[in-house]
Amino acid sequence: MVNEHLDLSQKQREYWKRNTRIICTLLIIWASVSLVAAIILAIPFSQVQFFGIPLSFWFAQQGSILTFLVLIFYYAKKMDKLDEEYDVQEVILTEEEGESK
Amino acid sequence: MSVEALTLTLVVITFLIYIYIGWRSKVKDTSNFFVAGNEIPAVANGAAIAADWMSAASFISMAGLISFLGYDGTIYLMGWTGGYVLLALLLAPYLRKFGRYTVPDFIGDRYYSNAARAVAAVATIFISLTYVAGQMRGVGIVFSRYLQVDIVIGVLIGMAIVAFFAVLGGMKGITWTQVIQYSILIVAFIIPAAAISLKLTGNPIPQLSLTFSDIAQKLSILQVELGMTEYLAPFTDLSAINVFCVTLALMIGTAGLPHVIIRFYTVKSVRAARWSAGWALLFIALLYTTAPAIGVFAKYNLITSLNDTPIEQAESYNWASKWEETGLLQLDDANGDGVLTFTNGADNEVVIDPDIIVLSTPEVANLAPIVIALVAAGGLAAALSTASGLLLAMSSAVSHDLYYRIFRPDADEKQRLKVGRLMIFLAVMIAGYFGINPPGFVGEVVAFAFGLAAASLFPAILLGIFDKRMNREGAIWGITTGLAFTVVMIALMRSVPVFGTEAPIIESFFGINAQGIGVIGALINFIVSFIVSRRTPAPPEEIQQMVEDIRVPRVSEK
Repeated sequence: MVNEHLDLSQKQREYWKRNTRIICTLLIIWASVSLVAAIILAIPFSQVQFFGIPLSFWFAQQGSILTFLVLIFYYAKKMDKLDEEYDVQEVILTEEEGESK
Repeated sequence: MSVEALTLTLVVITFLIYIYIGWRSKVKDTSNFFVAGNEIPAVANGAAIAADWMSAASFISMAGLISFLGYDGTIYLMGWTGGYVLLALLLAPYLRKFGRYTVPDFIGDRYYSNAARAVAAVATIFISLTYVAGQMRGVGIVFSRYLQVDIVIGVLIGMAIVAFFAVLGGMKGITWTQVIQYSILIVAFIIPAAAISLKLTGNPIPQLSLTFSDIAQKLSILQVELGMTEYLAPFTDLSAINVFCVTLALMIGTAGLPHVIIRFYTVKSVRAARWSAGWALLFIALLYTTAPAIGVFAKYNLITSLNDTPIEQAESYNWASKWEETGLLQLDDANGDGVLTFTNGADNEVVIDPDIIVLSTPEVANLAPIVIALVAAGGLAAALSTASGLLLAMSSAVSHDLYYRIFRPDADEKQRLKVGRLMIFLAVMIAGYFGINPPGFVGEVVAFAFGLAAASLFPAILLGIFDKRMNREGAIWGITTGLAFTVVMIALMRSVPVFGTEAPIIESFFGINAQGIGVIGALINFIVSFIVSRRTPAPPEEIQQMVEDIRVPRVSEK
């Protein structure tokens, strides 16, 4: 019983560690497309043409938002898998998914 | 049918729908009243968050603001979307697992302190109140512009509608109304945008025509010729440090806004909380990626149709004469040469209000009157949906956190529900009062709302989840110092409207303006929390266990 409890908390710790690693990676991308590409590197990137507009302008007014969107959906998908791998998904008795009405 | 009659019909129809939904979703218990019984599907919650988030200002003013700021308008675009990444990755899933009703609930429980709970409740009320005043005003303005109804009567009608479905249906009524309101506002925003995009570039998808056509380049060159700033060049209107800090402050502030956070309590599961953040940003991004395109197209169109145009010809456009009447557009052939000149200098003869960018687009693009009516209904939907979300956040902070959790822990279900309804009714009255008598510095208080959310709530929640060692002392000191710094700085920088001084007491904090100061406030909060917490006792065992519990989706078996 004690051993089982220890295993459980160890498993949870590992789950948490992997989760935080995913979060860090995604936040680095988050900062690179917004704060870096559209602000810190705005001047050099405005010399680079991206179709009809400068690259930095595209990141500032379109690309960053699209990337944010991909990041959130990727995280939701990735965490669904991680929950399953560590067997920590929640058990909902009434309905199996959170999606359907 | 005339445009007014069409608008009136459409507005009445949408209001009847809101009332019907409110009636259908009437609730009988506190769980349904505060968090819609945790049974909102992820996609619907996404739409409700989007409607909650996009206010009258996002709908009517943002595209215009961006078109005047050019590149630097990105502070709003990235600032008001980037926060959702922080919410989805750092806060939403864990707060859903915690599974209570409000933001002060989490802060009070996690830091085992009613003082922290009270501070969080007061911050929630203040943030929401500053925000809601503008929404009620927005309702009145839409009514007066489109239906020639007095602003006061417009505000009163808006109050009656919101009060009806919010008092009756609480969070449940608000959520389902917001889903409908989102649908109306997004259709109303996209149709004129697609039409003007098609007219100017031959491509109806605004996002694509902004990227692939040469219209942005043309506008940029045109602006330089007329002595305005280069549209596509960064940092022409704001300094680089300000663009950086304001963007980051709006991102962090967004993630700390109580009325957005509580929406994540309404879904069924941790998993649904993660997905609904994605849906929310998808729905928001539809408007936020369209807005910069409208900004470019409408401004290009306005400049080319007015500059170097004989004044008689300009005034013969029916949209020009209509918007001239409202004062949003001023045409004045000052030098008497019979031709209008559009420049940045003293010889400018065309004055345009930023709001006209969105409002005039349907007429400029020659769309049917029904679209104009739809834009009016969309503006009302945007204002009402944001107002209702804010009202619920405010009333739950009073009735749940202050009344039930602090003063009357023995109150029963019936009493709590009664107080909840009463508080939301009271909040509608207060919001309406500020809508009719707006404080002189309405525009300034929005900087307060984001600054306060960034400097107080966001760091406290984040540390509560990710730093198990964070304790009561650290959190309270962090919130207090972050908050104090931010409030003092904004008040000093905006002393002209706040205290009535002749010049600002300080211009900026090392080059950072009032909108961006929340970043420094948040940083101070983080640093102070960390130092104080490491010099004071660790939180009790059961709190550390609670932190372990909220980190995993599954409910632990005790």
